[in-house]
Amino acid sequence: MAEPRSSGPWRRFLARPNTDRVKTVGVALLVAVACGLSVSTAAVLLRPLIEANVAAERQALMSAMLAGLPGIGPILEEAGADAVEQVVVDLDAGAIAGGIDPAGFDQAAIAADPQTSTALSRAEDLAGIGRRENFAQAYMVRRDGELALVVLPVYGNGYQSTIRAYLALEADLATVAAFTVYEQGETPGLGSRITEPAWQAQWAGKSVSRDGEVVIEVVRGTADGPYEVDGISGASVTGYAVTDMLHFWLGPRGFGPWLDRLRMGGA
Amino acid sequence: MLKSLRMVTDPLLDKNPVTVHILGICSALAVTTSVATALTLSLALMAVLAVSAGIISLIRRHIPSSIRIIVQITIIASLVIVADQLLQAFAYEMSQRLSVFVSLIATNCIVLGRTEAFALHNRPVPSMLDALGNGAGYSLVLLVVAAIRELFGAGTLLGYGVLPLVADGGWYQPMRLMLLAPSAFIILGLLVWAVRSLRPVQQEAREFSPYAPERQVQP
Repeated sequence: MAEPRSSGPWRRFLARPNTDRVKTVGVALLVAVACGLSVSTAAVLLRPLIEANVAAERQALMSAMLAGLPGIGPILEEAGADAVEQVVVDLDAGAIAGGIDPAGFDQAAIAADPQTSTALSRAEDLAGIGRRENFAQAYMVRRDGELALVVLPVYGNGYQSTIRAYLALEADLATVAAFTVYEQGETPGLGSRITEPAWQAQWAGKSVSRDGEVVIEVVRGTADGPYEVDGISGASVTGYAVTDMLHFWLGPRGFGPWLDRLRMGGA
Repeated sequence: MLKSLRMVTDPLLDKNPVTVHILGICSALAVTTSVATALTLSLALMAVLAVSAGIISLIRRHIPSSIRIIVQITIIASLVIVADQLLQAFAYEMSQRLSVFVSLIATNCIVLGRTEAFALHNRPVPSMLDALGNGAGYSLVLLVVAAIRELFGAGTLLGYGVLPLVADGGWYQPMRLMLLAPSAFIILGLLVWAVRSLRPVQQEAREFSPYAPERQVQP
């Protein structure tokens, strides 16, 4: 702390005994302000770097997921990254929104704007997200002109964080090709185990829907059949959250209408 | 000069915060599965400890003793957040591997212990030297434990293969126990035992003798 030579109010403040009430409150205030300033300065200055890191990791996870899929990896090796087609889906219309350029699409901004998002009723809001954006990004991979894979970014409220994941569906739009969590802040060692490859690996080959109804479920105990995935002991709430967010995003308020249209052969 | 040097070297063995004072154990258990994570956390802790000791020592005459703990914790916690953000910005992958343990530096007893016991009563330069020494002492223990755990648990050191694994056609079957928290307890316990056997000065006097009632003798 710099001490001015003149005997100003600052000096008189410092000269007060440490047991003095004014000094106690003053020192507490000064320390709080200084600490607050340094923390917020660091946060603001470093945010662009951190966001770039998060985006790069997300991209790497997506590429790794796609490269590891049987039948999809070779397509990507042949055609490079261009084989992954980015689309913006108009969720209410259930169609690809033609007027929006996928390259500059900012889903977070759309979700935050009341003009371009829809409030959800409690009954509809399985994912616990409050408002849902009207336009959402998705990815498609084609093989010889035929649809081979659809990747849906999904998110929802977990036990103590927002869980964000990619759900990759095969051409029948029901069989799971892969499920990859790319962002979460669940309890370390319990809920956060949804990022473990061993847990995510059991999703491949599961089926999300039966006769057009979404039935995929993360169950407690041992999974049985193609519609169930083993839950993680000690992380029931995280399991329910994953189930609910998939039901939401595959359902009528999520990608459901678009997936229906894709099933009928349209786009 | 010699005195300053002693301030840095003493906490390495003779006054080591982990093996002598048994401080900072929880992070020592959590991040020692690999040398790389242990090294990163050690550096972060040393930086936080040195800077907070310096700042607290600078303003030590003006910290009212009634609120000194909260003032120290505020300064330490702010520095920890800044360190965490720096790691996320410049070493993102490492920060993901350390998960919550960087933010938990704020609760590491070594930091508050040194600022409260030393920085609050000494000039900035000695305080920072003491902080560096204690940080280095903590790091030393962490690195020893991490090296043992990584070597026997995964057959690698800093990610480089040292022992050829059975899975890769070698002869070494990794000990999975080494990658679990209990192994850190065992290694740390053995380490404390070894250090205290070599330096009997560190052995503590018994605080109480075990309760043993007099035997009843049948008449």
